[in-house]
Amino acid sequence: MQSDGILIKGSREGLLITLGPDAWHNALASLEQRLAATPDFFKGARVALIVGPRILTEIDARAARDLLARHDVVLWGLIGDDPETQHVAAVLGFNVELPKRDHETPPRPIAQPIESPTARSTEPAAHDDPDAGLIARRTLRSGQALRHPGSITVIGDVNPGAEIVAGGDVVVWGRLRGIVHAGAMGDESAVVCALDLQPTQLRIAQHIARSPEDRRRKPTPEIARVRDGKIVAESWEMK
Amino acid sequence: MAARVITITSGKGGVGKTTTTANVGVALALLGKRVVCLDADIGLRNLDVVLGLENRIVYDVVDVIEGRCRLRQALIKDKRLPELLLLPASQKRDKSAVRSADLVKLCDDLRPDHDFVLIDSAAGIEEGFRTAIAPADEVVIVTNPEVSAVRDADRVVGLIEAAEKGPARLIVNRLKPGLVQRGDMLDTSDVLDILAIDLIGIVPEDESVLISTNRGNPAALDERSAAGIAFRNIARRLNGEDVPFETYRDEAGFFGRVARLFRRNGRVS
Repeated sequence: MQSDGILIKGSREGLLITLGPDAWHNALASLEQRLAATPDFFKGARVALIVGPRILTEIDARAARDLLARHDVVLWGLIGDDPETQHVAAVLGFNVELPKRDHETPPRPIAQPIESPTARSTEPAAHDDPDAGLIARRTLRSGQALRHPGSITVIGDVNPGAEIVAGGDVVVWGRLRGIVHAGAMGDESAVVCALDLQPTQLRIAQHIARSPEDRRRKPTPEIARVRDGKIVAESWEMK
Repeated sequence: MAARVITITSGKGGVGKTTTTANVGVALALLGKRVVCLDADIGLRNLDVVLGLENRIVYDVVDVIEGRCRLRQALIKDKRLPELLLLPASQKRDKSAVRSADLVKLCDDLRPDHDFVLIDSAAGIEEGFRTAIAPADEVVIVTNPEVSAVRDADRVVGLIEAAEKGPARLIVNRLKPGLVQRGDMLDTSDVLDILAIDLIGIVPEDESVLISTNRGNPAALDERSAAGIAFRNIARRLNGEDVPFETYRDEAGFFGRVARLFRRNGRVS
């Protein structure tokens, strides 16, 4: 966690970036530093800025949009508490509120909850921690993307044409056939594992690998990691 | 009884949306259902051609929406099946002439007097697609057993889920059993493997479809056409019947022809 007050979270709609309480130009300068530090992670992202109670003019909002655009990031939402800020955001065509289903983790339990009541009560806090994992319990289809600064778990398939970008590890409980980028903020120790690891492209930190061409093989769980500067995939065997 | 509004879409163009809409419409009408086939591909109308009703068009869907005629006036009764009606698209306008709300209202007006409204969607994932799925109760996706068509279909499945119109059901169109047997074409199971949605029909490649389409005489009217039988079975499944899926094998060789001869005789008796 860095001290610039910026908080980054993944969601179904894209990244949610909460800016600290600094003056607007300072907040934007901090944001720019973050963008410049991990360009791989942000490139092509959709972002909603959460600006809190500050009052923004149209010029302020445009500055944020242009800053993000320079880093190949699309601003789709500008969420503020002040009505004036909301008005400016609406005039510029940004979303002014988050969709209701902003968290991937669905609210309904699929089985009897086994954790104790105290463990359950800490769950919302885990949501607010940007480094916590993101769980998507669905199939990611062509054109859909998940992006999160922490680790991402998908319970379902990741189809060709879908994309996952995570600051940490990526675990797919299903077939992984899209594009996956683990350790997108530079963490070379990040891993990617899947029940069937057949990604179109697999990236860990700055390393890139493609799946071997032989398509017709028996799917086995595999784990990919960086070894000696190269991405290697090993079959997962229970010891 | 209120009609079910079913939108037929695909993402990729040229996979057979319009042919499917026409044939499933005909097949449902053969089951005695009151069906409206609505061409929502504004500007590129061709459902009327496939149904062989082009020369009867006076008004189109844009005329209805813009109030130049009443809905009843624009509905064209099929020349063969009295239960089948066509609401043609406009050829002179483009997609912007029909908004989602217009189509929702139009379908609500059609619901009371019919059993099915089949909407033939525009290809793509833009405005025309969004308008076509707006009034839908159900969505059927048509794809071909090709990697590019399946990729686009997958994108559309995701968009339909996001629009809360899902889960969509799938028709695999133009399957070539010979190619599948040799491993040169995706099999239906390969397609389902990726899309993971319910299958409602498999239609084999069949020259009679091309011929009948050009003549404006949908293959579903032909009891001997393999594709026609597949479309009739799709209609029965849409109607809630439990019809087992056809299995297709290449029957090009001598033995295949003999087997086919025997089977045809069997059906006649």
